Amino acid sequence: MTLLKTVDLRKQFGETRACDGVNFIVKEGEFLSLVGSNGAGKTSLVNLISAHLQPDSGQILFQDKDITFTTVTDRIRAGIARSFQIVNLFDGLSVFDNVALSIFSREGKTSKLARLAEHDDEVAGEALEVLSQFGLASKSNAVAGGLAQGERKLLDVAIAYALRPKLLFLDEPTSGVSTHDKAQIMDTVSSVVRAGRVTAVVIEHDMDVVFRYSDRIVMMHEGRFLADGTPDEIRANKDVASILLGAPLAS
Amino acid sequence: MKPTAPALTRRSHVPLLAAGALAFIVLLLLPALIDIYQVQLLTYGLIAAIAALGFNLLLGYTGLLSFGHSAFFGIGAYTVAFLLRYLDLHSMELYILIGIPIAALTSALFGYICVRHTRIFFGILTLALSQVLYSLALKFFWVTGGTDGLRVPRPTLLAGLVNFQGAGSFQRFINAYYYYVVVAFAICVVLMWVIVHSPFGKALQAIRDNEVRARFLGLRIRHFRWAAFLISGTFTGLAGILWVPLNGLTTPEVLYWPFSGEIVFAALLGGFRNFTGPIVGGIVFNYLKTYAIATTEYWQLLLGAVLVALVLVLPTGIVGGLSKLAAGLRGKEKP
Repeated sequence: MTLLKTVDLRKQFGETRACDGVNFIVKEGEFLSLVGSNGAGKTSLVNLISAHLQPDSGQILFQDKDITFTTVTDRIRAGIARSFQIVNLFDGLSVFDNVALSIFSREGKTSKLARLAEHDDEVAGEALEVLSQFGLASKSNAVAGGLAQGERKLLDVAIAYALRPKLLFLDEPTSGVSTHDKAQIMDTVSSVVRAGRVTAVVIEHDMDVVFRYSDRIVMMHEGRFLADGTPDEIRANKDVASILLGAPLAS
Repeated sequence: MKPTAPALTRRSHVPLLAAGALAFIVLLLLPALIDIYQVQLLTYGLIAAIAALGFNLLLGYTGLLSFGHSAFFGIGAYTVAFLLRYLDLHSMELYILIGIPIAALTSALFGYICVRHTRIFFGILTLALSQVLYSLALKFFWVTGGTDGLRVPRPTLLAGLVNFQGAGSFQRFINAYYYYVVVAFAICVVLMWVIVHSPFGKALQAIRDNEVRARFLGLRIRHFRWAAFLISGTFTGLAGILWVPLNGLTTPEVLYWPFSGEIVFAALLGGFRNFTGPIVGGIVFNYLKTYAIATTEYWQLLLGAVLVALVLVLPTGIVGGLSKLAAGLRGKEKP
């Protein structure tokens, strides 16, 4: 069943076409990877879908509803969440508070100012559960700004996951971490996301990671979709290989 | 056995409550140990601490530096003076009950305009709006008393049960008013502590740390900033309400921008990245200014030198510096 659909989505920055008529479909329950070289338009596409940017033209449909010009808040309420390429945490807050705040926001409790945040046992329980799933429960009282890079990446995803989205965009969840940490992060993220039956779209450069974890892979190049298929199909695609190796396209 | 969520996330507040209770008892006992002048100075200090506490909800917890908090302090002070002059009200409780909503309304209006911007633009807007009030206080002298200001004699306390007339009334007022302010101060501290530890307070800190991410949690940034501005201005307005009967007079000086600078100074002095910093800063700044004025006619120069030294040597303020020192000592103690 189609969860998200973009129709002829376009976004231009000066002469650069970041999204050049993109028709993107995400099916419910899949773990999809969005790949492509730098500047291919992957992050721009996610920015458009998450309302970080407004499109020049085209349509974004989420569960068959047109959300093209809705706000960030509306899209989060509809069930779209995201993490960021550069880790975006609340560095002055504890690890627990980072996740708890997501839950407070989702539950519409952030306007409460006459009760201590930590006294909401329901939120506290859920926040700890999320932290446990991401292997961060032992760090719950640590200040987020003091975490190691791998932990920061996991917390970044945990914050988005705690919003209980239907569709989760993860922008380079393994960038800037060691090869060993990459596997650990992706093992954790993919198992949590799959167990929670959350549809995930991951932007990733590491093709080993992409081939290992994805159900489907979509490749972007210069603002357009170049290839779309299963890991085996993509592996056999010559255009994809050309782009990844920096060689000119076959056609 | 698996630890429960509260056991893992709830910090014990017993040491904090004990420290707060001890500080409160010390404040209650102090008048018996110090002379009347020191009691008066300490009352001014506690009022400055309330103003700084309110101000710091914006700077320390929301990341917005206001250069216009004199406006709310002044609104509080002038509201009392107007209630006395035009409605002949003498009750401190009525001053507070009427003054707080007026300070809140002014804060809501100013906040609505100012939180549309951040950083220097926010600061300049707050400064400009406070100077509008300053100009009004100067120009409408037939209403405000102009540069002479408005006199505010000693009000009655506790709905008229305590009044101050006859011999020794000054001493009685200073003593009684001190306790009045201590109670108001304690209520403000508790209220602010709950606010900054509530989900709302956590949302403000999240916005301060990372506005973009906060937006992607679904937080309406401007709405939260406006609410913080409103609360912050109201606390500072209450400080103005409490200050004017003690001072006996309000002049446009309390609306002028250097007075906003003093509130900023107090928060920096104590340390704006922790809860107790502005409280300590408000009290210490009051003593610092009083003794600087008594020491030299160039007292502004002296305060300026302290500010420069503070920024260079103790950027986290007195409380921040002491916390670092304590953390360092704890670290050394560990094997």
